[in-house]
Amino acid sequence: MSELRDAYDVAVVGAGPAGLAAATVCARAGLATLLFDEQPAPGGQIYRSITTTPLKRATILGADYCAGTALAQNFLASGAQYVPGATVWNLTREREIGVSVAGSARLLTAGRVILATGALERPFPIPGWTLPGVMTAGAGQILLKSSGLIPEGRTVIAGCGPLLWLIAWQYLNAGARIDAILETVKGDGAASWRHAAAFATSPYLLKGLRMMLAVRRRVRVVSKVTALRAEGRDRVEAVAYRTARETEQRLPVDNLFLHQGVVPNVNLAMAAGIEHRWDDAQLCFAPALDADGGSAIPGIAIAGDGAGIAGAEAAQARGMLAGLAAVRALRPNAAVLEDVNAVRARLARFTRGRAFLDVYYQPAPQFRRPARDTLVCRCEEVTAGQIVDTVALGCTGTNQMKAFLRCGMGPCQGRECGLTVTELIAQARGVAQQEVGYYRLRPPVKPITLGELAGLPKNEAALRSVARG
Amino acid sequence: MFRRLPDVDGTMIEVIIDGRSTRVRAGDTVAAALISAGVLASRAADVSGAPRAPYCMMGVCFECLVTVDGVGNRQGCLLPVKSGMRIDTQHGKREVGR
Amino acid sequence: MSPPDVIVIGGGLHGCSAALHLARRGAHVTVLEKDHVGRHASGVNAGGVRRLGRHLAEVPLAVAAMELWHRIGDLVDDDCGFESHGQVKVAENDREFATLRARVDELTRLGFTHEELIDRAALKEILPAISDHCVGAIACRADGAANPYRTTLSFNRKAESLGVRFIESAAVTALARNGRVWRVESGAGRHEAAVVVNCAGAWADRVAAALGEPVPLEPIAPMLMITAPLPLFVKPVVGAAGRPLSFKQFRNGTVLIGGGHRGRVDRDTNRTELDFAGLAESARTVWDLFPVMRAAQVVRAWAGIEARMPDDIPVIGASSTSEGVFHAFGFSAHGFALGPIVGAIVAELVTGGKTNLPIAPFRIDRFVGRAET
Repeated sequence: MSELRDAYDVAVVGAGPAGLAAATVCARAGLATLLFDEQPAPGGQIYRSITTTPLKRATILGADYCAGTALAQNFLASGAQYVPGATVWNLTREREIGVSVAGSARLLTAGRVILATGALERPFPIPGWTLPGVMTAGAGQILLKSSGLIPEGRTVIAGCGPLLWLIAWQYLNAGARIDAILETVKGDGAASWRHAAAFATSPYLLKGLRMMLAVRRRVRVVSKVTALRAEGRDRVEAVAYRTARETEQRLPVDNLFLHQGVVPNVNLAMAAGIEHRWDDAQLCFAPALDADGGSAIPGIAIAGDGAGIAGAEAAQARGMLAGLAAVRALRPNAAVLEDVNAVRARLARFTRGRAFLDVYYQPAPQFRRPARDTLVCRCEEVTAGQIVDTVALGCTGTNQMKAFLRCGMGPCQGRECGLTVTELIAQARGVAQQEVGYYRLRPPVKPITLGELAGLPKNEAALRSVARG
Repeated sequence: MFRRLPDVDGTMIEVIIDGRSTRVRAGDTVAAALISAGVLASRAADVSGAPRAPYCMMGVCFECLVTVDGVGNRQGCLLPVKSGMRIDTQHGKREVGR
Repeated sequence: MSPPDVIVIGGGLHGCSAALHLARRGAHVTVLEKDHVGRHASGVNAGGVRRLGRHLAEVPLAVAAMELWHRIGDLVDDDCGFESHGQVKVAENDREFATLRARVDELTRLGFTHEELIDRAALKEILPAISDHCVGAIACRADGAANPYRTTLSFNRKAESLGVRFIESAAVTALARNGRVWRVESGAGRHEAAVVVNCAGAWADRVAAALGEPVPLEPIAPMLMITAPLPLFVKPVVGAAGRPLSFKQFRNGTVLIGGGHRGRVDRDTNRTELDFAGLAESARTVWDLFPVMRAAQVVRAWAGIEARMPDDIPVIGASSTSEGVFHAFGFSAHGFALGPIVGAIVAELVTGGKTNLPIAPFRIDRFVGRAET
């Protein structure tokens, strides 16, 4: 990592559409721009492996995916310094970044930081979800995009959300077998149709419908599933489900894919001290930001799905706005290619209609607050029952719960259990999720080795921080 | 269980999985390579010892932790395979210093 | 409801312990806690329970505390996660070893035998994983460690079972005399009692200032790190003579690394910020002392909010200005082990006006005349 300087004008974290767009804007305006990303190639999750996918038939993945190519190429040509395989594990209020690359850690600072760490799959805790052979739909998509691997044997996809239909469509294009789709949508008509008008004029409607109809023509879809369980000993062997009308049914499976939407990946933003609030429509915590993604911490902004789930095109627009704001702050006289108002209009266009999706695809309560015997914290193997019982003992907060039961203390740092724990505590106490809050997240937001830490270059600050006496 | 699409790019390289020489696709991550090689579980859960396998494939779930070239607890889904790499799934007691 | 006899300000371990011991003597106690019980230093410290290496003034208290710890279940109906595998302070060279020998000699002269000087061979026997360059150590074989949050909660629960009332989200905003009682205004309303006990930790100087006895308290944020689980390889808690270190492996295999490096703290917002350059120093210390740890993964770091006094020993005792007020704060990053005994001392002072343990060195007015006041 010797080519990394101690300071940059702008540091961007994440090489998805938001991060690529932000870094491109900044670099083209002449700012010393650095982009860190954990993956070996740009694209984030939605454009995963866009420059390296081994799939010869890009049509499998659809036209939307291919739109990422130009974005990645523009970034690679922009003059920004690109550091793949980099894990950012800390960000301070003074915009000091702690990062590791190839087993070596260092600290550096930036005048402005734009976090574009995107989204992750909403936890989908069902009994048996930790069995080998159970994966997220996103995991299946990654194996397809990055490795050209498709499931073999009996395959079921369960859950709700537009990505469910996308992966099913992509799998069918690739020739994979899908035995059933178990859809858990509540079908709460009244709530969603309030937003139907906006949705009807959004870009999402036609795309989504086409895909869904194409899948429904070829795959058995079970609707209004109210309960799910993965069964098996050392691996998943069957998925049991119930609907409003039927008693429990069982399907033998070799692969079970779960998906119930995506939520912002908050760990680095929260550890940096950015305030997050509960979003009642999207049922997750989202950061408090201004129109350009700026947080209350001067010089730190969030762009993309990490700012609020809105999809790839919105993410790109948000990235551009954050980048333009950074340019205005650091180099106000720089000429930029993008017109801020045009970008704002584009963002509005791509966020219109999301409200409908948010409400229609809201995961049902039993899939956010699972049955007692369900593992909630996968890392520390803590069940929903243990959490609810501990609330009854007087443990009223997420951090006390963590101290009591160790849930949230594993390496994933709450990414798979945090929302579930918040929801369970909120329900048990009869209060809102906002009042319960989320785990108090601390760095490193990803594990670093003692050796990496010990290898951090010494500086004046280190000598000063030693206690006297 | 996964299979490779027939018309997929990539050269095959040799790695050592749990002591066995195995051919995997260059460009795959360690986690994807294990899946393609039919290895079911990457590790055992810390508390119960139950088998665990990659769940998210994007660095979030930490189920894909394996030992790579002697260094334990690497997230396999973030590491591209390299020729000659030693990959060990993490079952049972880990040795101190790994 | 009749007014309490005693208001305790602060629901950390010392506040809960004082409340418990007072309740055992029949007092009606209300505890006012500004956040929630165990929220700050009490809940997030390294959990060390030691007599080893104590400031001489603290030694009698630590010795008395250790007796309580070994029977802690009798006091609070929970073992608090207390385990006794000893504490060891290693010397990395002959000069440090000579310092340790002088220390043991001094303690022996004063009649204390809990610290034992051990040579390289004996050290390797109890710490097989310690680096070969260490030449010897002091060992306190009956010392140990406990779970800080669980301990604080156990004192809290036991106190509640004896009738103590805990009120959370009740930051004290004003304290003043009202006739024969103290009137305490808080975020949870007004409370009055004849006696007030100041266990307000890193905020205790504000209570003291309101009583006309300001103290030079420094809020600090000692940093800690925890690793992913490792196979069990070390039983005692380990410190080093020549550099800050507190090193302990839990039953579940995780290793806690702490010992003196500080982050930044804002005690008005409960916010602490970690200083990774300082954590790097801790990592280098562990690297040198335990080579097997070099590939260990640090999964989280944190810092609690603690109070430090300039002489690194606490304030314990009656107020120097105000009748019916008692202090127990400023434990300077090593107050956890003293929790069980200090509460007993406070209860003795409140109910009988004196205590058998020597607390003169901890008097609140010892800072008068210092430049920092």
